[in-house]
Amino acid sequence: MSEKDVIICRCEDVTLQDLHDMMDQGYTSFEELKRLLRIGMGPCQSNTCGQLVQREISKYLKVKLEDVKTQKVRPLATGVKLNSICEGANNES
Amino acid sequence: MINKDLVIIGGGPAGLCAAKMAAEAGQSCLLIDRNRTLGGQLIKQTHMFFGSEKQFAKTRGIDIANKLVEDVRKHPDLIEIWDDATVVGLYQDKVITVLKNELYIKVQSKAVIISTGASEKVLAFENNDLPGIYGAGAVQTLMNVYGVKPGSRIVMVGSGNIGLIVSYQLMQAGVRVLSIIEASPKIGGYKVHASKIRRLGIDIVTSCTIKKAIGTEAVEKIVTVKLDEKWNEVPGSEKEYEVDAVCIAVGLTPLTNLQSMIGSEMKYISELGGLVPVIYPNHETSIENIFSCGDASGIEEASSAIVEGYITGLLASKKLGNVHPRYDELMDEYNTQLNNLRNGPFGDKILNGLKKQGA
Repeated sequence: MSEKDVIICRCEDVTLQDLHDMMDQGYTSFEELKRLLRIGMGPCQSNTCGQLVQREISKYLKVKLEDVKTQKVRPLATGVKLNSICEGANNES
Repeated sequence: MINKDLVIIGGGPAGLCAAKMAAEAGQSCLLIDRNRTLGGQLIKQTHMFFGSEKQFAKTRGIDIANKLVEDVRKHPDLIEIWDDATVVGLYQDKVITVLKNELYIKVQSKAVIISTGASEKVLAFENNDLPGIYGAGAVQTLMNVYGVKPGSRIVMVGSGNIGLIVSYQLMQAGVRVLSIIEASPKIGGYKVHASKIRRLGIDIVTSCTIKKAIGTEAVEKIVTVKLDEKWNEVPGSEKEYEVDAVCIAVGLTPLTNLQSMIGSEMKYISELGGLVPVIYPNHETSIENIFSCGDASGIEEASSAIVEGYITGLLASKKLGNVHPRYDELMDEYNTQLNNLRNGPFGDKILNGLKKQGA
C-alpha cells in the first residue's frame, strides 16, 4: 500500500505515512500527533479523522481500541471569524 | 448575554421531540439547529419506516420530519427556533456560544439538551480523497434532497441498513450499483432490505473491502479485496470495478464534541458507535443539567431517537420545575416503547452497549 496516498485528515491534508513517520519517532498519542501534524485541528475538528487515528494508534501499539486515549476537545467547534467574536464582545458592553 | 432556561442543541428527531415535550410541560426553550431546515437526517429519508405505528412506521422519513416540525411550531410562545445557527462552544457555567448570521452570540442557560446526532465513519484506503468518493449521507443529500445523481456506475461499501436502502434508491434513480461489499462475514442490515436488493440482481459480497481507488481527476476504478476471518487481506483475491462513484456506508459515530468540550465523563463503547457520554439515570451526563439524547448518546435508529427525545424533554422540564401534567403516564409509555424498540434485531447489541454506558 502506498501510505502517502491514504488521507487520514482531509482538513489538514495529513497522510497515513505522515502519521506512521511520527509514530516511528515515538509520538503515539493523539495529543502529540495533533501538535506535530495539526491532525484534527481543521474545520471538522477531528470529527472525521478521530476514529481513523484511534484505529491506527490501536494497531501500532497493539492495544484495544477502547483503551486508546481520545483527543481533548476544546471550543470552538468550528471556524469563527475574529471579527464576529470582536463584534460579539462589543454587543456585550 | 441572552438568558434561556432550556437550550436544545440539534433539531433532528431527538431535539424536536424534546422541545415538544418541554412545551407541553409549560417549559420554554430555545431550539438551535445548524441547518436551514429542521428535521436532521430525516429530511433525506424518502423511504417508509419500519417498526411500530407509534414511531410512524409506514411513513416516509421526510413526512415524519414535517410532522415533528409541525408539532414544535404549534408552540411559538414557548419554543424559540434558531435555524442556520451553529453552536460553537459549551462551557462549564452553561454558557453557550452560537454563530448565527456571522454574529457570535452568548446564551446563558440553566439546562442543556444535546441532541446533535452523528457523523459518518470514513475509511482509510489508497486515494480515498478522489472526487466521486462519497459518504452515504452525501449521496442521500444529492439524490433525495436536490435530485442530483451522484454518478452512473457505483459500488456501495457497507451492507448495513443505510448501505442497503441507499443502494435501492440509487437503482431507482437509474444509477447502476455494481456490487455491495461488506467487510464482515455477514450482511449488516435487515434481511428484508437485503432480499429486495438481491432480487434486483445486485451482488452483496461479504468478507470484502475496498483496497484502493484509481483515477486522475476523479475515481475511475476501484480494487476490492477479500478478507479472511482475522480481517487480513487474502492475496490474489483482488477484483477491479470500473466506476465513477463509490459510496461509503460503514456506519455512524456519535457527534459528541459538545459533551467532551464541557468535560462530561466519556467512554468508548463500540456497540454504540464509538465515544459516548456516560449517561446517568435522569438522562443527564456526568454534569448536572447537561442532558444528552438520540444518536449523540449512542447510535440507534430514528425511532429510538424520537422516543429518547420525548423522555429527555420530560425529564429536563421536570428538573427545571415544570412537570408535564401526564408525566408519569407518558414516562411509562415511552419507556415501554423504547424497550420494545430495543427488542428488535439489533436490540442485544444496543442493550449491551447501554449497560456499559450507564453510570
